[in-house]
Amino acid sequence: MLMTVMPLTALGLALGFLLGGAERLLRVPRDELEEELLKMLPGSQCGQCGYIGCAGAAQALAKGEAPLTLCPPGGRAVAQALAERLGVEMNLADMPDDVPRVAQVLEHLCIGCTRCFKVCPTDAVMGAAKQLHQVFGDACTACGKCQAICPTEAIQLTPVAPSLLTWGWERPLATREV
Amino acid sequence: MSDYLLLLLSTALVNNVILVKFLGLCPFMGVSSKIDSALGMGMATTFVLTLAAACCWLVENLMLAPLGLQFLRILAFILIIATLVQFTEMLVRKVSPGLYQVLGIYLPLITTNCAVLGIPLVSASSKAGFAVALLDGFGSSLGFTLVMVLFAGLRERLALADTPALFRGSPIAFVCAGLLAVAFMGFAGLGGL
Repeated sequence: MLMTVMPLTALGLALGFLLGGAERLLRVPRDELEEELLKMLPGSQCGQCGYIGCAGAAQALAKGEAPLTLCPPGGRAVAQALAERLGVEMNLADMPDDVPRVAQVLEHLCIGCTRCFKVCPTDAVMGAAKQLHQVFGDACTACGKCQAICPTEAIQLTPVAPSLLTWGWERPLATREV
Repeated sequence: MSDYLLLLLSTALVNNVILVKFLGLCPFMGVSSKIDSALGMGMATTFVLTLAAACCWLVENLMLAPLGLQFLRILAFILIIATLVQFTEMLVRKVSPGLYQVLGIYLPLITTNCAVLGIPLVSASSKAGFAVALLDGFGSSLGFTLVMVLFAGLRERLALADTPALFRGSPIAFVCAGLLAVAFMGFAGLGGL
């Protein structure tokens, strides 16, 4: 028993250390700015910015090739964070400041075509062919891909109703204009 | 010397890994719609499979066989292959970022390529020597690359051909793969193998 477990454990440990060492030895110096920007983006790889995933978007942002407002799911909050990190003065007043939204299936319109959950980058839509689909609110990033592909307009992005945990005072009117 | 050449020929053509042994069919159907990506996948697999054949032989003969643990082969080989794929990814990223851009998405896929596990398993159970195991791996991956590129070329032409609606897309590709396999059966007996 021990003679079977030990060699395999040893092999696994040896390979693990080997990989760890190789990781240090072969580390590619990555752009720190790029890494930080990547952390600010939603990370759902929805591709609405036109780049291949959030990593591609972060790369373009770091090079200054993309507008800071490129991320539709991130909305104004992400654009603001990006502007602060990159030290750019931006007037974000005309960017819609949406409350958090979540996709919702209108049950009387859904035909169960399964198109929406095939495009969902976060696997937030659940269902089967010719069955009503359902959205997991916790996983939904409101990227809107399902809304765009739905043939019967059965998916809506609805604002998340404030709960006791998320409710806060409205900001004073004077501070809302930037 | 001629033995080794014959071995290469035999593994690449006569006992082709995809069309005769039916291993590695998922990349064969999945990554064969364009010649470029088929070639990239083939080259990445060649690299990993050759290394995996060598490493698995070493582990089999230096560790598993002396301890009488041959029944752990699959587990140990999978561990080695997964490590190799990770290592290859790091190495390629460091050495050639251009190649990493091309191969990037295909590299992790190789972990689940059954040919990469199958070849070392077969050569381990046949108790081959190191050179034979290495050439077996290399020859098989050459055959893999050859068939991938051939099939990708066929599919690129098929995409333009006026196929009946019933057969359009994957069905005609499967029919084509079957015909290609029949064609490769013609290699049986080549060089007295």
